[in-house]
Amino acid sequence: MNFIIGILFSLVVVGIFVLIPWVGVWAFDLRYLFGIIVPYAAVATFIVGIIIRVLGWARSPSPFRIPTTAGQQKSLPWIKQNKIDNPSGTIGVIIRMALEILLFRSLFRNMSLEFRGGAKLAYEWEKWLWIAALAFHYSFLVVLLRHLRFFTEPIPAFVRWIEKLDGLFEIGIAPFAGFAAPGILISGFILIAALTYLFLRRLYISQTRYISLPADYFPLFLIIGIAATGILMRHMGVFMQFIFKVDWFSVQVVNVKELAMGLVTFNPKIPEGIGTIFFIHLFLVSTLIAYFPFSKLVHMAGIFLSPTRNLANNSRTVRHINPWDYPVHVHSYDEYEDEFREKMVEAGLPVEKMPESQTEDGSGTQEEAEKE
Amino acid sequence: MSDVPKPEELAKVDHTSPLITGWMNSPVEIKKGVACYAGKPKNLEYVGLPNPREWSPLDEDWKLPDNWKEIILDGLRERLERFRSLKIFMDICVRCGACADKCHFFIGGGDPRNMPVLRAELLRSIYRREYTTAGKIMGKFAGARDLTVDVLKEWWYYFFQCTECRRCSVFCPYGIDTAEITIIGRELLNLVGLNIDWISAPVANCYRTGNHLGIQPHAYKDMLDFFVDDIEEITGVKMEPSFNRKGAEILFITPSGDVFADPGTYTCMGYIMLFHYLQKMGLDITWSTYASEGGNFGYFTSHEMAKRLNAKMYAEAKRLGVKWILGGECGHMWRVINQYMDTFNGPADFLEEPVSPITGTKFENAKGTKMVHIIEFTADLIKHNKLKLDPSRNDNLKVTFHDSCNPARGMGLLEEPRYVIKNVCNNFYEMPENTIRELTFCCGGGAGLNAGEDMELRMRGGLPRANAVKHVHEKYGVNMLACICAIDRAVFPDLMQYWIPEVGVIGVHEMIGNALILEGEKERTTDLRSEPLHGMEEVEEAEEVKKEEKVEENKDV
Repeated sequence: MNFIIGILFSLVVVGIFVLIPWVGVWAFDLRYLFGIIVPYAAVATFIVGIIIRVLGWARSPSPFRIPTTAGQQKSLPWIKQNKIDNPSGTIGVIIRMALEILLFRSLFRNMSLEFRGGAKLAYEWEKWLWIAALAFHYSFLVVLLRHLRFFTEPIPAFVRWIEKLDGLFEIGIAPFAGFAAPGILISGFILIAALTYLFLRRLYISQTRYISLPADYFPLFLIIGIAATGILMRHMGVFMQFIFKVDWFSVQVVNVKELAMGLVTFNPKIPEGIGTIFFIHLFLVSTLIAYFPFSKLVHMAGIFLSPTRNLANNSRTVRHINPWDYPVHVHSYDEYEDEFREKMVEAGLPVEKMPESQTEDGSGTQEEAEKE
Repeated sequence: MSDVPKPEELAKVDHTSPLITGWMNSPVEIKKGVACYAGKPKNLEYVGLPNPREWSPLDEDWKLPDNWKEIILDGLRERLERFRSLKIFMDICVRCGACADKCHFFIGGGDPRNMPVLRAELLRSIYRREYTTAGKIMGKFAGARDLTVDVLKEWWYYFFQCTECRRCSVFCPYGIDTAEITIIGRELLNLVGLNIDWISAPVANCYRTGNHLGIQPHAYKDMLDFFVDDIEEITGVKMEPSFNRKGAEILFITPSGDVFADPGTYTCMGYIMLFHYLQKMGLDITWSTYASEGGNFGYFTSHEMAKRLNAKMYAEAKRLGVKWILGGECGHMWRVINQYMDTFNGPADFLEEPVSPITGTKFENAKGTKMVHIIEFTADLIKHNKLKLDPSRNDNLKVTFHDSCNPARGMGLLEEPRYVIKNVCNNFYEMPENTIRELTFCCGGGAGLNAGEDMELRMRGGLPRANAVKHVHEKYGVNMLACICAIDRAVFPDLMQYWIPEVGVIGVHEMIGNALILEGEKERTTDLRSEPLHGMEEVEEAEEVKKEEKVEENKDV
């Protein structure tokens, strides 16, 4: 397995996942399957899969308190503790976790090693991975939240705000008078840019290229596919119709909403006027949702349970119990003294039991004599 | 050392990973200078470890038990059920590569399998094959592979090329800790008798004699008596450390390396002097020959073995009837005490919450384990002005401080040693910030790798640390590397000799011993190493001459 096979394999799989709904809807008109059954199955798989996964993790205990301490411990009162990076209580842990989950604090520490001949090391500023990771996750979140407009009636205020914010960077691209292009939403483009960066980075750096598996390329390509089909629908539908007189990317938003509302209210129906492109988009999303619990994407849930981050460094103060603790063989002091008693006495070290030759009458106690 | 390539050669490290051949397809070559010797059967037998036999990692046949595969897979399943850390770390890595260039072994060696992520993948690939559906069906396409003897050899080679320093876990966005992977990986290997001599011998020794060098009780006392003589010669003050004394208030446990090998011995002298100094102020402390090892080589073998060796500390404290335990300068010893001890062998309800008999300070952060770090203890003494110190006696030294991995990332003991150092010496310089505190670099020989036969590995692993020392050496003239870890004191002299011969190694309590003004001491002309103090070079020379004359006279008589 090398990166070429990894990338090709992932591309082919994503390609197949594009073709399946395309052929299915366009040639066989399986709208009910791809519009209703597949999404339901995917969500069910996601829910059950995640629950099983998290319960599986939770079933194994954290026998020892093993936080990575990344700052000063709580010690003498005049030494300032780093309460976030080396928390000794729950509040510190919550803040540490929040910073980790919301701002990727550990990733922010990243720096790159510059190795110069003659063993000269330098550590260079390297926040690009952190920036790209934040850009990817947050733009994805915004896209996700924006989509709530399809699943809610009335649309909650916060969804409208997000949409408004997302559209702030609108660059009027109405090329012709009277032409109403929907406003550009920046999040989708950031999403694709960040994903592209993450892919190129993985490919460019020899170390990440070496360790990457198809399981690393596949989700990147899959999400790029989702974002691309989304952008095509939103921004290119009217455009293509106007310029090339084709309705490939045209989707009636009202009808999509009708389908989505049907799904969430468990009253599913397939309205007319939804193009094949939508079913491709929906199928890729379903794939991602169903794939989620079985892939590295579960880091989203796993981070909450990571023992090096979610435990307080208080094991010198508070006793923690290992639920599977069991008794072990130890070498007791008595065994030790039995082996070295004579030498200890000779060296003037105190002993629990004097050796026979050293007892008062010089012949050992009666009991010992009997034993012999 | 003679087999190790010259520094200029060693420094030519290529970090580029192979382009076309994936790691699963590139065979592992077990190299001399990197691989350690195999554990000897008698040591395994002594503590009841499986499959004791003569074998060598350089041989083709490792003499595994017939059902080795079953043992390993059962062991892995059991550990997945016991350690949430393992389960999570197997599942959530995204291979972002943030850890890759953070490992000292990768930086100094360039072997891609020493990237923390790939070290973990060695185990993950088997986990996927056995425990995930995708791995079972899709094999290599899902990053899975079969467990073979070659895989086992690869595990052994690379889990004994990790010092469990946890630097990668600081950078990992999910806190994946390679130390945890290595600890459990080594546990699995030990199930089929795969280990290294420099761990299994100390384990057997610690179990039997209480310390890793196998020093018997009378010899242990002899060593300390020897230090007492040296101290008397240097300071004119006679000291009397006590051993195995029942009814003492405090039990002192330090790594036995400090009793046996330079420069740790000078740190040990520092302890003896400090305790003597405090005796009149109310310190009532005893050493133990039974619990004469602070370090825990069991921790490099398995959790169970760590517990078995650690048990001695509380057992001895209970037998002697002390109130609490004071622990010496050591690295992983303190990770074990901080994160495992109470869970392993607690509750220490027969002890009392530690209170400094000198200052009255309650060590509230240790009220569970009842064990205080000597640096915490000393820092508190200095803060309360209880020590008369003459830092100028360390004026020969330009000091920098190496944070030992485990006290830094498994405890957070960062400010205390700095506070002490600044009070006992006048010239202190920090290394670059990316190489200290929680970002500190390993000495290259922790977790049982400070053997002699893996010297090339150690010199490579120590490269990033040495490089930072070199930086302050060139910039400020630093000539002394201070540390609070016995393994550091054993490992650094070789490392410094190799990369920066001008720099020596010192324990923090050796500097205290130098600076401490004892009651009734004579004017000191030398430090604890019997080297002339700053400005005393001539006096010392004259004394030497006098001494020689005396010897001559005696000879004449």
